[in-house]
Amino acid sequence: MVSGTVPNSNDDQQHEPESALAALQLAMFNWLADWGGVAIDCVTSIGELTLFAWRTILWTFGRLPKRETLLPSFYQVGVMSLPVVALTGTFIGMVLAVQSYYQFRELGLETRLGAVINMSLVRELGPVLAATMLAGRVGSAMAAELGTMRVTEQIDALTSMGANPIHYLVVPRVLAMLLLIPALTVMADFMGFVGGYFYSVIIIGIDKHFYLYNSQIFVGSWDIFCGLFKSIFFGGVIALVSCHQGFYCTAGAEGVGKAATAAFVYSFVMILIIDLVLNIGLERVYMTLWPDQMVSIGGG
Amino acid sequence: MMHARLEADDAQPLIEVNDLLVQFGGQTVLRDIGLSIPRGQTLALIGESGCGKTVLLKSLIGLIQPTQGEVIFDGRDINTLNDKQMTQERIRFGFVFQNAALFDSMTIGQNVAFPLKQHTNKPLSEIREIVFNRLREVGLPESVVWKKPAELSGGMRKRVGLARALVLKPDVVLYDEPTTGLDPIMSDVINELILRTRSKYPVTSIVVTHDMRTAQKVADRMIMMYPATRLKEAEPQILYDGRPEDVEDCSDQRVIQFVRGEAGQRIEEMGAFIGD
Repeated sequence: MVSGTVPNSNDDQQHEPESALAALQLAMFNWLADWGGVAIDCVTSIGELTLFAWRTILWTFGRLPKRETLLPSFYQVGVMSLPVVALTGTFIGMVLAVQSYYQFRELGLETRLGAVINMSLVRELGPVLAATMLAGRVGSAMAAELGTMRVTEQIDALTSMGANPIHYLVVPRVLAMLLLIPALTVMADFMGFVGGYFYSVIIIGIDKHFYLYNSQIFVGSWDIFCGLFKSIFFGGVIALVSCHQGFYCTAGAEGVGKAATAAFVYSFVMILIIDLVLNIGLERVYMTLWPDQMVSIGGG
Repeated sequence: MMHARLEADDAQPLIEVNDLLVQFGGQTVLRDIGLSIPRGQTLALIGESGCGKTVLLKSLIGLIQPTQGEVIFDGRDINTLNDKQMTQERIRFGFVFQNAALFDSMTIGQNVAFPLKQHTNKPLSEIREIVFNRLREVGLPESVVWKKPAELSGGMRKRVGLARALVLKPDVVLYDEPTTGLDPIMSDVINELILRTRSKYPVTSIVVTHDMRTAQKVADRMIMMYPATRLKEAEPQILYDGRPEDVEDCSDQRVIQFVRGEAGQRIEEMGAFIGD
């Protein structure tokens, strides 16, 4: 019985490395195929989005939509987002004050709190958080609305009646975001300033004069410009990504849900990437234009 | 097997489809479709779900780009037209969508007025008058103009869809399953409206339907399509092309099975096992 099993066991030992190699090869092929699929999907999506953006730009400069088409988008983006952006700004200003106060007190620099809060707000947190709130509130709604229109054949109906859906549906939303996001960013900045001032001066009791003086010294027009300049790019990318997700939404309630989620996630990722790229670019521009004017909050 | 084509009218056909191939991904939905539709004809396009009827209907108006082949409307291949020319041709069509596809952010009045506002410079008072007239033609009271589509029943929405499709007095009306989901009375109301539309306006109509009553009642020509995936390689996708009243004489059992609404062997082919 034992002698009968030995040759089989030898065979197994010989075949084992071959089958293990084949399995490894198969796993490698599958791995490559998976990553290849992901790469193709990425390139296709970027290509589709670029073409979509290009068609939107052509229609934006080709013919302005009618007033009755523009106004609802402006109302949705501007008026309806105002409370949430203002609230976010206020709390961010106060949180910055809470976070920074103890560290600055250790260094004896608590009067510089106004500088750090307001600098952070106008350069970074105001534009990024206003954009994030808009991506969540407006971007997802745009994707869900256009997605539902796609699924219920309303976009086909528009096309069949000789109206271009990019011109009719996408251009007003993109224009609303591009034109109103700087205004909403100003609102976030202002309310952040109010929140920071309230916590620092009223609650903690930092001297009002020094708080305002340092804010004024360290936060300049360039900082405000940088924040607003970035916000325009954020607005454009939120509108384009969200409309694109809705426009090419897949069928059913699941498709609409996925489009709304993807609109926020992709918009947020794009906001962070654009923020990094623009910050690097703007710093270079600043250093080129004013090489001797770098300021430090900790300096005299 | 009967594939009797009706004798073409003396006039040039309004719509011609030649060697149409439509594929989604790797799946063929339409293949080698050839059609010639004379002016004034009412054509019923029948066939089981998924056989490509709606895809063919949407291809006629450029809502779906064919993989291959041509769609000639009034002597021009619509897939070679630029945006402006395509818009000019599209407004010669009225499309009644399966679920009406009314814009839910607009009122009924705004929905029906939409094509007029897009393509004409008529004053508001005239637009309002046309909207009221079109709604009256489909049996809807003036009071619906202020309502939103969600406030109407399925039959009312379909009638609004028909009113919107007719508002620019198109040359061709495309109906995508106009009676699906409606009760028998409302289905017949829609059939009557299709007939009255044809008698009032000189329109060419294409009606995609599963409903044999609709096909028999409104059409003067019937085409039955079969899913490309279920056909043998050399078989044509159009199994029947002839008069609706002659369809029972067709020798193709698949046509008879569909017209009579019999499952036949289909349940076994599907592998359904309930009751076994």
